[in-house]
Amino acid sequence: MSALLHEVMNRARRLGVPFDVHLDVTYRCNERCVHCYLNHESPGEMSALEYRGLLDQLAAAGAFFVTFSGGEPLLRPDIFEILADARARSFSVKLKTNATRIGPAEADRIRSLSLQEVHVSIYSHRAETHDAVTGIPGSFERTIQAIRLLRERGQGVVMVHIVTRLASGHHSGVRALAGELDARFLLDPTITPKLDGDFSTRGLNVPSAELVRIMNTPEYVGDVREFCAPPEPPDPSSFDTILCGAGHSHCYIAPDGEVFPCVQFPYSCGNVRRENFLEIWRNSAAMNEVRSVRLRDLPACVRCSHAASCSRCPGLALMDGDLRGPSLQDCEKSWARTSLVPTGCPIPLPMLPR
Amino acid sequence: MTDKFIARSTEIAARLLGGEMIIMSAADSRLITLNEQATCIWQAADGVTPLRGIVDRAVCDVFDVEPEVAYRDAETFVSELAAQGVLRVSDSPILPAE
Repeated sequence: MSALLHEVMNRARRLGVPFDVHLDVTYRCNERCVHCYLNHESPGEMSALEYRGLLDQLAAAGAFFVTFSGGEPLLRPDIFEILADARARSFSVKLKTNATRIGPAEADRIRSLSLQEVHVSIYSHRAETHDAVTGIPGSFERTIQAIRLLRERGQGVVMVHIVTRLASGHHSGVRALAGELDARFLLDPTITPKLDGDFSTRGLNVPSAELVRIMNTPEYVGDVREFCAPPEPPDPSSFDTILCGAGHSHCYIAPDGEVFPCVQFPYSCGNVRRENFLEIWRNSAAMNEVRSVRLRDLPACVRCSHAASCSRCPGLALMDGDLRGPSLQDCEKSWARTSLVPTGCPIPLPMLPR
Repeated sequence: MTDKFIARSTEIAARLLGGEMIIMSAADSRLITLNEQATCIWQAADGVTPLRGIVDRAVCDVFDVEPEVAYRDAETFVSELAAQGVLRVSDSPILPAE
């Protein structure tokens, strides 16, 4: 993230502007990825007309970044109408897709909309492994072909490599493939539980040793010494800082209009089919509870030796059982990053070291 | 002196945040922030109002600034944004379909 973008995001947090909104427009999908956090049961979907009204409300509330995702958003026949409505309202639009439904005509349409980026998930540079993750034979070839079509038209593409145990160690191959396709490469090393509370997907995370290797690779993290530096001792003056953007500058809206602080944060705050978005954003008791939490309110984390630099996710903490508790996967990541076992936490952290 | 006409590019994202305009180019994801005066010019860049008219109404009537200084500053600002592809500049009015 550039220094200017960082400064702008901080300003949005301070002003309480929902600057960055994630919209899942469907939970339906044509792939069945083994690690997916959705169960693909449809709770209902807002119409294109409803999205137009919502986009008006989001623009009036000051939203700038809007991400369209799913499920597979291109399963909606009206997706281009919705994307065009978003661009007509001057949003910076990101589209997350498996790209399997993008042919030449769709690539032309996407390019014409001046989207900021198209994010495409790639699980391996080997077709058989990627297809094993998606559960769909031939999906790798279709996805790669779509990336080529988008790049030929000058559309910016980000290949997001979600690291799973099925493709452990494939990240350098995927990175090379991204270079070959002239796409930006991003790596995501965290497989989260399903939103319905099924934790089995966590078993697909790569072993700790692999996580340590990833955290120590300059191509993924930049300056390793800086990234992996030991945490500073907890500083009481930082106990009142905002911990993450969820509910402060970021929120998530499900296909049926249900509003949450973030995509991995199953804590319902209201529904835009019943209430105005800004009313929910400003006055929802749940949203206000989430945004009231500071480090000093976290009885375990405030005593942890990693508190100053941990990337604790409040949504995952909630899924682990307590909005004010630790987010165990982030405990593990902080350990992998610094090679130091967190100390001071009164809660046993069974995964450390693995 | 020939006046200029300015219009916002359609290949950008833009939103007002705390009184300053935030702009991002779709071409290269470059982020630009405009101060209050520049934001006023940006918002008035409709493609049909001459730049001098925009400066008179959006800047000189609102801020305590000499018109010629404001116009020179505006020309510089417009040239910079045009070079970055986020503003279109023409010697004649710019229609939406262009």
